[in-house]
Amino acid sequence: MEALKKPVRTIWDIPRPEQFAPGHNMCQGCAAALIMRMLMKVVGKDAIVVMGTGCVEVTTTPFPYTSWKNPWLHLAFENTAAGASGVEAALKALQRKYGVFKDRYIKVVAIAGDGGTFDIGLQSLSGMMERGHDVMYVVYDNEAYMNTGIQRSGATPLGAWTTTTPVGKRMRGEPRPKKDIIGIALAHRIPYIATANPAYPTDMMEKFRKAYETRGPSLVHVYSPCTPGWRIRNEHTIHVSRLAVQTGMWVQLEIENGKPRVTVKVPKRKPVREYLRIQGRFRHLTEEEIQKIQRMVDEYVEEINRWVGEQAIGPVVEE
Amino acid sequence: MSGVEAARRGLVARIDPAGHPLPLSEAAPGSAGRTGFWRTHRPVLEPARCVGCYLCWLYCPEDVIEMAEGAGPRGQAVPVIDYEYCKGCGVCVDVCPTRALKLVEEPIGEG
Repeated sequence: MEALKKPVRTIWDIPRPEQFAPGHNMCQGCAAALIMRMLMKVVGKDAIVVMGTGCVEVTTTPFPYTSWKNPWLHLAFENTAAGASGVEAALKALQRKYGVFKDRYIKVVAIAGDGGTFDIGLQSLSGMMERGHDVMYVVYDNEAYMNTGIQRSGATPLGAWTTTTPVGKRMRGEPRPKKDIIGIALAHRIPYIATANPAYPTDMMEKFRKAYETRGPSLVHVYSPCTPGWRIRNEHTIHVSRLAVQTGMWVQLEIENGKPRVTVKVPKRKPVREYLRIQGRFRHLTEEEIQKIQRMVDEYVEEINRWVGEQAIGPVVEE
Repeated sequence: MSGVEAARRGLVARIDPAGHPLPLSEAAPGSAGRTGFWRTHRPVLEPARCVGCYLCWLYCPEDVIEMAEGAGPRGQAVPVIDYEYCKGCGVCVDVCPTRALKLVEEPIGEG
């Protein structure tokens, strides 16, 4: 199966063959499984998957089995991007010295979770983006270290319960807002940055395709609901993802050569209460705390609208 | 022919006399065994209500849904679920626009 060439606009543009085998260890209703499935449909067989430790890594490759039909390399949390850089450099050297893979375009696809990107792997990611390696970096963001038991990470949003930010007298969930990885990537001036969401699969696959076709480093930041960690029902994965976009908690951005664009416009925004109330990790929030998060989201949306130069995300409309 | 390729061909010929380009094994379903055992509820299709929109196929995280073209009662495509690996998460039931898919409790002691 070749990499996708033409743009993904409708469901009929999505290829039918699968590159990612079912029957892996991921939880029931895990969005990361859906993201990996869509990603492998787009990149096809001519991709080398370089994977940092994380949920997907430990669940899809229990030794000696694997769910990946592509060449696959395991790396630790901190050196995903470094390993990907090395693979890419080695491919280039093989092409130059021995002329192998002359007629094929082989892409290195690095995949890591939010812990391996926002916290532990940030230095190697920065190095990869700075050196300009031809690597597509996909981060599936489930907003905590879910695989080791829901510890907070740099991606955990304000007010979320985790096992290391418990709710009690002294602490009311995560005290700090989420780290802005898109801003960090933007500061490296890489050619393609995007945020994607599994509730909008054609949009997500189109972003994967563009990132794959970019010559140079590209980063796709994908929102990935975690059913046990977020305390949501198994079947609500897609529902929660869609609510995140509709409430403005998550904005579908695409930044090509520094030019930002909102790909999924939301003319009427829902209040964040709807998004927070459906998740068990936000159950402790009082009305004031919800209003604080609402103000934070309002400011963020205003900032995005100023940045893209249009009213991409509209005002809150109570129904 | 370069040195690396000649060395590789010799090595490959020793391992794989049939002459495949490289003796690679490919991933098959079920790296974690039959994950259908995890299921407490199973999604069941009511073909008369299905409109063949492909949304369940699109959103299935486990890629166990295959669309059978023209197999529905009105000639529409209907989902065929592989219960061997379906974990019963219910995402397909949640995204179904016509409620053609329903979650039915799994009988105890079978499977």
